[in-house]
Amino acid sequence: MYVAVKGGERAIENAHSWLAEERRGDRDVAELSVAQIREQLSLAVNRVMAEGSLYDPDLAALAIKQARGDLIEAIFLIRAYRTTLPRFGVSEPVDTGAMACDRRISATFKDLPGGQVLGPTFDYTHRLLDFKLAADGEVPEAPSQPTEPGDVPHVTDFLNREGLIEEAPHDDTPPPDLTREPLEMPAERALRLQALTRSDEGFTLGLAYSTQRGYARNHAFVGELRIGSVPVEMDIPELGFAVEIGEVVLTECETINQFKGSKTEPPQFTRGYGLVFGQTERKAISMALVDRALRWEELGEDFEGAPAQDAEFVLYHADNIQATGFLEHIKLPHYVDFQSELELVRKLRHEAGADQVQEAAE
Amino acid sequence: MTDQSYNFAYLDEQTKRMIRRAILKGLAIPGYQVPFASREMPMPYGWGTGGVQVSAAVLTPEDCFKVIDQGADDTTNAVSIRTFFERTARVETTTATAEASVIQTRHRIPEEPLSKGQIVVYQVPIPEPLRFLEPRESETRKMHSLEEYGLMHVKLYEDISRHGHIATSYAYPVRVEGRYVMDPSPIPKFDNPKLGDMAAIQLFGAGREQRIYALPPYTQVVSLDFEDHPFEASKAAHCCGLCGAQDSYLDEVIIDDAGGRMFVCSDTDYCEARRAAGHKGKDAA
Repeated sequence: MYVAVKGGERAIENAHSWLAEERRGDRDVAELSVAQIREQLSLAVNRVMAEGSLYDPDLAALAIKQARGDLIEAIFLIRAYRTTLPRFGVSEPVDTGAMACDRRISATFKDLPGGQVLGPTFDYTHRLLDFKLAADGEVPEAPSQPTEPGDVPHVTDFLNREGLIEEAPHDDTPPPDLTREPLEMPAERALRLQALTRSDEGFTLGLAYSTQRGYARNHAFVGELRIGSVPVEMDIPELGFAVEIGEVVLTECETINQFKGSKTEPPQFTRGYGLVFGQTERKAISMALVDRALRWEELGEDFEGAPAQDAEFVLYHADNIQATGFLEHIKLPHYVDFQSELELVRKLRHEAGADQVQEAAE
Repeated sequence: MTDQSYNFAYLDEQTKRMIRRAILKGLAIPGYQVPFASREMPMPYGWGTGGVQVSAAVLTPEDCFKVIDQGADDTTNAVSIRTFFERTARVETTTATAEASVIQTRHRIPEEPLSKGQIVVYQVPIPEPLRFLEPRESETRKMHSLEEYGLMHVKLYEDISRHGHIATSYAYPVRVEGRYVMDPSPIPKFDNPKLGDMAAIQLFGAGREQRIYALPPYTQVVSLDFEDHPFEASKAAHCCGLCGAQDSYLDEVIIDDAGGRMFVCSDTDYCEARRAAGHKGKDAA
């Protein structure tokens, strides 16, 4: 005997309790603090801030804890929180030339003003599991020396002086805000960059990789990659001038891309640009490559039909919160539409005589 | 969630105003998809964020709110959305269709005819009826503005030539007031005839796709068809096993592992009300 299903409310409550218990794990193991996550899982924190579009390491660390380490879930928590915050205004554009760099490398020049600074990178580590870490080994302090303060010029500026690279188009119109306006096509570059900086790291990496393998290849060199903190200034109307309201760590990647010239543009190097919250260099490089691929139209290049060139394809599918929501919603009940499909398939099979064949076989 | 720390019905007033403008525009141009700056909600995209934002924008403290998913008030996501508004708006909630002033729904229209003063809010996954014929938003917007719906008719015609029928059983496209072709959300085509000439206001919210559209009361809504292949609202050829209803949309429930099955009303409120009134189906205890 069938009784209509009831008790959804209790099932949900119980599921939440079980989830909280699983999140805590074995109670004989010390609980992880938000500060530990913030300090010791900082690259995860950076990714959550970047794709959550909210610069707050403590909240990102809390989100990671709450999400049991599922970073997309953590990004979702941050996005949902962010949307409830009032918007006070817009900062001045940050000056990455004035960045206090922890890392600054160029793949195009062996040496250059400001120097090559490796910084805290995995690049040349041998990927061997370090069992000392499992034994709670304390880390000796890294050697340090005072830095010379001063601006670090951008590599692309050197090329610009010779006219070898396209001028970065200068535009003072306020960019649209993706989080306050619906995304509409065609999207100008400022909007595309805004979407890319919060796009899913994996998706963006895959697209960037596809350009390297020949799907809209654009021969990227990392002209410069820099990571460090920059001051954020905001114009306060009551004061009549801009004041520094804080600092953010950013990763900036400028690629120099080969370009043979088109009907409208002379042969010169072209630019791809990536700028992402936190130390997030895989993402910043990926962003620069995809940005460059999306610029085919303004540079007069051919559309090769490559996914990375297709702004609608890239921008409508790069957001992991949208993607994961829609993907996972197929777990929700679909009894009604499935039922209508059942009826239709039965009807079509009946007319095709397939159900009689089945009966005969039985 | 500390319930007091959020505004009435979760969204801030600025956001609600933006959504209300989109709704008003939608009502002024029935069937037209109005872009709106959908917000990230505390539930995933695809789980009704569009409907939730529309409900949040139209709810007032005096409203009585009903949420159904697949016609039922007690499916998990319906429970979750109802609880959300109980906590953030503290509105009265109900499962009785006639008592509700705002009904948020996924995939169904209640069986009981709706009346003047009620608002139905549909959760919409893909608002663009032409999307699976043309994936590009820039193209489909052009097609709508030029009333270029030939592609849709060709698709329906191809169905007929291949299967003898239009092989679309839910999210069956409609034409609104002879102008816009509209996706009615994934309701079974059985529900399509209820869309037209409805006394209630019908609002459609697609959160992830950032679109709102609307049908004002008593709008003409026609399911697309051909003269020689007229539209037909279909359902399982059975009666409800619990309440005996012959006119309601039915869910098929598998009751044992020997192929046994029964059919029950998908609209749980309708079914319960009928049983309370003494109607009995063949499988009722």
